[in-house]
Amino acid sequence: MPEHLLPTGHRRIDQMRMQGIVKKFPGVLAVDHVDFDVKAGEIHALLGENGAGKSTLMKILYGLYHQEEGQVFLNDLPVVIRSPNQAIQHGIGMIHQHFMLVPSLTVAQNVALGMKSSRGFLLDIDMVSKRIRELSEIYGLQVNPSTPIWQLAVGEQQRVEILRALYRGAALLILDEPTAVLTPQEVDDLFRILKQMTADGHALIFISHKLHEVLAISQRITVLRDGKQVYSIPTETATKETLAHMMVGRPVVLHYDLRPIEPGPARLRLEEVSATSDRGDEGLKKVSLQLHAGEIVGVAGVSGNGQRELAQVIAGMRSTSSGKIWLDNHDVTNHSPAAMNQHGLSHIPEARMTDGVIKNFTVAENFVLQNHGRKPYAWGGVFMNFRNITRQCKTAIKDYEIKTPSHETPIKSLSGGNIQKLVLARELSRQPRVLIAAQPTRGVDIGASEYIHHRLLEERTKGTAILLISEDLDEILALSDRIVVMYEGAIVGEVKRDQADIRTLGLMMAGSKVPV
Amino acid sequence: MMAFVHRFFDTSKLINLVLNISLLLLAVGAALLVGAVMIWLMDADPVKAYQALYEGAFGTTNSRAETLVKATPLLFVGIGICVAFRGGVVNVGGEGQMIIGALAAVWVALSFDTVPRFLENIPIHDFPHIFIVTASLLAGFLAGAAWGGIAGVLKAYFGVNEILSTIMLNQIALQLMNYLLNGVLLDPDQKDRVNRIPKTARIQDYAKLPRLEWFSDTPTRLHAGLIIGLALAVVVYILLWRTTLGYRIRAVGQSNRASRYAGINVKRQVLNAILISGGCAGLAGAVQVLGLQYRMQTDGSAAGFTGNAGFNGIVAALFGGLHPIGTIPASVFFGALLIGAQSIQREVQVPASLITTLNGLVVIFVVSSQIFIKRLTKRRASVPPQPTTPKSVPALQEEPTQ
Repeated sequence: MPEHLLPTGHRRIDQMRMQGIVKKFPGVLAVDHVDFDVKAGEIHALLGENGAGKSTLMKILYGLYHQEEGQVFLNDLPVVIRSPNQAIQHGIGMIHQHFMLVPSLTVAQNVALGMKSSRGFLLDIDMVSKRIRELSEIYGLQVNPSTPIWQLAVGEQQRVEILRALYRGAALLILDEPTAVLTPQEVDDLFRILKQMTADGHALIFISHKLHEVLAISQRITVLRDGKQVYSIPTETATKETLAHMMVGRPVVLHYDLRPIEPGPARLRLEEVSATSDRGDEGLKKVSLQLHAGEIVGVAGVSGNGQRELAQVIAGMRSTSSGKIWLDNHDVTNHSPAAMNQHGLSHIPEARMTDGVIKNFTVAENFVLQNHGRKPYAWGGVFMNFRNITRQCKTAIKDYEIKTPSHETPIKSLSGGNIQKLVLARELSRQPRVLIAAQPTRGVDIGASEYIHHRLLEERTKGTAILLISEDLDEILALSDRIVVMYEGAIVGEVKRDQADIRTLGLMMAGSKVPV
Repeated sequence: MMAFVHRFFDTSKLINLVLNISLLLLAVGAALLVGAVMIWLMDADPVKAYQALYEGAFGTTNSRAETLVKATPLLFVGIGICVAFRGGVVNVGGEGQMIIGALAAVWVALSFDTVPRFLENIPIHDFPHIFIVTASLLAGFLAGAAWGGIAGVLKAYFGVNEILSTIMLNQIALQLMNYLLNGVLLDPDQKDRVNRIPKTARIQDYAKLPRLEWFSDTPTRLHAGLIIGLALAVVVYILLWRTTLGYRIRAVGQSNRASRYAGINVKRQVLNAILISGGCAGLAGAVQVLGLQYRMQTDGSAAGFTGNAGFNGIVAALFGGLHPIGTIPASVFFGALLIGAQSIQREVQVPASLITTLNGLVVIFVVSSQIFIKRLTKRRASVPPQPTTPKSVPALQEEPTQ
């Protein structure tokens, strides 16, 4: 096989270089004179917070945006990439964070989708299947071409995405937050595949904000902040602390000092609670759980295993099919969200933008979402007291360092982190006895995440009982006193913080019963 | 000076308002331009036609009064539409709610064929008049609300699409009107005639809304309904933006899910929105009877009584930015178009139905200008201004960059 060909038979990209890239959006410099390059056989990680410009930079490479200044070189030749189609012709592929697959079609049909068939208007699916099998073998991506997508696990679906890119001749692959939806075991599998690909001469760009993954998989790391390239370093000389520092622009605490405290009396008790999911199957199966004052209980699990139903059932947003829920020894089973509020429950909902706030309402209006009819925000429950609302909201904006032009700005124009801080401020302002925090830092940048974590720990010290539901195992491990693992709607295991290790948790998340 | 402006107006809001209004005027101008082409294609002089339109609507004291008379029911219906649409309820049942409101008002007004003794004994100037008019208006409001409420209950508790149910209820209201005006509400004078006209008796003077005589030296048909409408606009503005009820209605209109999360009873607020909306339309009907026609009469069609105000009110509300205050000039604008249409027909021999077309054009242009505004503001909003708090950013530029 000639040196410059990949095992797929396509030409390899020995070097891709982006030089002096500038991209402006009205009012912001999204990418500010960034140089970035990747060579065949290496993984170059692109690290940065939301809005740092990493996706913008990659979208320029993939032809979705066009740069104002700067030049892209492939194998030292300047190229202009105007569309994803042109990018693919040049051998550049991209795996998006959210998969672009049709669930009802088979693997082969999905791979063939949007491509020219060798037989004109007729689809030669056998040829596609054969080629998929070849590629699977070369890269160790076990996938059956005739399986419909909906039958595949998330990790397998990702393999289909990678296969599709390889099928189309991708020599350079951009992976946008590829591990966000995977279990630790699936991450290991992905990393094995990625290493195989680099050994075969592919060039990979790995976008992430998870520091340990970047350190584990890449050869080089580039950090972007506010559109600027602030740091480029070979991976072996990088540390978590410096990387986090570079991303955020100030030193970041990565480990929290969780002083053990004696948990108080049980605040929230679930007894064999079951509930139906939106799909109509049993989303929650006989879940029993106790939550004590002053402790954080982490709920780990791959998304879609009943965490959403659990939070909603406790918050009164979903009715139970059986079982009982007790809050401070009151039976609150199937109470309304308003009644749960009155009992001292606060809830940071997982779907921040659709449940947690009303997008077109102002910051101040959103601040009083539950309490708008109560003192001090209303006179006699009839007229809104905007003077008090404004005052309390301004205090919250200051206390929680929420970046907003004013309290009268529509909340939709704030960044995700700042919206989440407002939700947090609102929920904590009611001085809850029990707090459900569902995915409190999803899509939130490191700086805001750190802030939210500190606030949660402060609440713990105050004696609030906190249920922390998260797909981010690092977050769970960093904050929880106890960890329960959910799989297919049931709690499959519980571990104490000091006995928890990421391996066993990962196995439990994948459904194996592990003796604890 | 700027500090003063900042203190009392949110400048970005002010800019948005100016932007909105100028785009609205631009849209109207564009619609009139297209209309001009149509008039020209009919071999008439567009300049003359528009002159006639303007003269017809604003030329004389009487035409100005007629424009406002035409605008009054649009205003009531439009204010109600603001509440419904803000609450996420598409109430297209204004026609039916107007009819039911008018029926209730005329029934109450006629039931006072003499002034009861106890009313005369209360020592307030003109009290029987005030009492009977208020009772009739209230009956109109409640009946309109109840009629809307049927669709509201069906939507909130049985998931029936309110567009369908309100349209159907319009038909039922129409037939109910025809039935009642031919039956129990029929003018006793008509009962024995062979070719009787389905209409009620005239209401007594003490059940009438007063005419606004200060408007001009010569008598016009302008009546106190307009004043009530203006007051209602202010009340509903306060309701929507200053009360907890309005907050809940708007919250439900924006997001069912977030409202549920917040503990707001979504079904009840949906019902509230359409109750208020139907009530306002009911008032429109009541005011037409008590202030203008002094009786109810049918030609067998709904428009024969409402003059399509139940539908045109929706247009006025949309044109007014679904804001009760904005609905005031919008209603006057459409009232003027409707009045001016008649003189266009007279002066340049273009069918008055051209104005319906012109109405349609205005709606299309206004709606598309709204989309334009949304795009424009979205682009501005997508670039969040980020005032950096001094605490979070100690500069790090001197760190190794390799």
